[in-house]
Amino acid sequence: MEFAKEFVGQHPVLVVSLVKIAVLLFVVMTALAYLTWFERKVVARIQSRWGPYYVGAHGLLQPLADGLKFLFKEDMTPPTSDKFTYTIAPFLALALALTAIALIPFGPPNIQVLGQSVFMISNLDIGLLFLFAITSIGVYGVALAGWSSNSKYPLLGGLRSSAQMISYEVSLTLSVVGVLLIAGTLNFNDIISGQSGYYLHFIPRWHVIPQIVGFLCYITAAIAETNRIPFDLPEAETELVAGFHTEYSSFKFAMFFMAEYANMITVSCLATILFFGGWLSPFPDSWTWQNYLPGAGLILLGIYCAYDTVVNMRGIAKIQFAVVTMLCLGGGAITLLPMVAPVIQGPFWLTTKVIAFLFFYVWTRGTLPRFRYDQLMDFGWKLLLPVSLANLVVTSFVMIVPYLRHG
Amino acid sequence: MSVIPISYYLVLSAILFGLGAVGVVFKRNIITILMSIELMLNAVNLAFVAFARAHGQIDGLVFVFFVIVVAAAEAAVGLAIVIMVTNNRQSLNVERINLLKF
Amino acid sequence: MSVPFLVFFACAFMAVLGAVLLLVSWEPIHSALSLILVMMSLAVLYLLLGAEFIAAVQIIVYAGAIMVLFVFVIMLLNAGNEERTDWSKIAKVVGLPMGFFLLLLIARSLSRSVAGAAIANGVGAQSNAAVSTRDLSTALFRQYLFPFEATSILILIALLGAWILARKDD
Repeated sequence: MEFAKEFVGQHPVLVVSLVKIAVLLFVVMTALAYLTWFERKVVARIQSRWGPYYVGAHGLLQPLADGLKFLFKEDMTPPTSDKFTYTIAPFLALALALTAIALIPFGPPNIQVLGQSVFMISNLDIGLLFLFAITSIGVYGVALAGWSSNSKYPLLGGLRSSAQMISYEVSLTLSVVGVLLIAGTLNFNDIISGQSGYYLHFIPRWHVIPQIVGFLCYITAAIAETNRIPFDLPEAETELVAGFHTEYSSFKFAMFFMAEYANMITVSCLATILFFGGWLSPFPDSWTWQNYLPGAGLILLGIYCAYDTVVNMRGIAKIQFAVVTMLCLGGGAITLLPMVAPVIQGPFWLTTKVIAFLFFYVWTRGTLPRFRYDQLMDFGWKLLLPVSLANLVVTSFVMIVPYLRHG
Repeated sequence: MSVIPISYYLVLSAILFGLGAVGVVFKRNIITILMSIELMLNAVNLAFVAFARAHGQIDGLVFVFFVIVVAAAEAAVGLAIVIMVTNNRQSLNVERINLLKF
Repeated sequence: MSVPFLVFFACAFMAVLGAVLLLVSWEPIHSALSLILVMMSLAVLYLLLGAEFIAAVQIIVYAGAIMVLFVFVIMLLNAGNEERTDWSKIAKVVGLPMGFFLLLLIARSLSRSVAGAAIANGVGAQSNAAVSTRDLSTALFRQYLFPFEATSILILIALLGAWILARKDD
């Protein structure tokens, strides 16, 4: 015990970082699993059906069932494939997708334990640039998966998918440069701090308001970059069987699946940080009642779950949903404690905004048809790139006008 | 926390440059030769950054920036030429591209 | 053995391993992957030397765009294995020892020169502090503005050249 205390005292950075990484990994993997549930439910409701309903109460154990299914399937490797590249491609995709989440700040930097800030794993001065670096290496997971399967459909799907990713990456980076001009820094915390304050005392000074064109370009390029509908021709089932992950089964396929959802989460977090104020709340700081919002929200959810348990659930689902009710009410009570309430503000607002973005992602998936591949490439190079460039030129012109008169 | 002497980086740069030169001379696939040239450029970049740190000047880093950009342009044009040559000769072996040999 | 030394030796080992694999691989796609390994370890070395912007640019441009181009061309041209021919006898017997001897000669004459002595005696890094992006961009856009603009014209020419060379003649 003494040795542990001394070790923690001498190496605070190492110990706190390891704890943060473990917690973040756990939270992100759970979030990935329940993002699949969320998507299936929302797409089902858009299509006038129920979605997963039987596996747990309201289908809440469906991700667990899917995970077990992936683990127990037979793991086949095509005999003429390039074994090393075939094995390494899904690991590469998942590792890169999870690494990108480590750069994101989940709350204000002044909340600290042992001198290390709790809510971010790394505070790089060039954080945004590193995130783009990780995204640009993510192309290899797709390209190598398509090539190493040694089969027609994966090769075509892989080449098309990676060509699409590198095309939209250019527009993605350019649409963000307008925000960088306004913020003046590549550090995530400074970008968020620059968005505090209010226009006219009640409109928050978020970057989406001066940079609305940049935001629209960013969200379009982000949907294309993560290979989602309406830009998912390379992995559409009616076109190319399953695209670059046709020949993958069981756990490796699950890794590609998780990598795609992790990319979605990363891109949503980035949109929140760059354009919507990150962990800042939209209400002025003087409204202290907003400390009770997370608790109030969770308790309301708990009350709805209690009503649903009593009225609608039968059998084992009743017990499962009763447990969910307890969790909601308990979580709500904990967040109302005066010690916890100010700390939980930052992550609460970031999570709310990210969930709103993910809902938007799933909404477009359920609503829009997909682009044909040549239409997709035309759109990327002939429309999105000039619009991003025009946004950059106009932003820099507007930024420089106040300095022109003084020489 | 001690600082690594610059000569270590220069030795690594020399080794990588030598390996890249061996690749250019001894390999027969055009694309592998182009990749060995990129390896040599990377070794030179490492030497530049090491010297920029040694003298405390930023000009080394600016030069590295330009080397990376020029390498990108050269790779694009080089690979376009490789595609053209392959369409004509149906082989990626440099020893087959010998029509101008006396 | 402090942490920077460990990181340096790990990355140096990976860089040399990648370079050797580049030379030794039969398939071009494995050579491309080895080169990507070299570039990533070099990016970590740039971070050790305090050039964080250059490390990010190396990953984005070199490992993330140029090597993607190489990998695409290898996949499109379906580049097969290298042909197996043996080296000439001279290369095998005399080549490697002579190369090693030449290297020793160059190293000896370099270490006795003035610049070499300065380097060996530790004109070393004063600290591991990072160079800020702001300083680098100030130098790039004030002192080196003309090369910057010339390089952008160079990229435009390369773009046009690559397009004209690679299109089908109809």
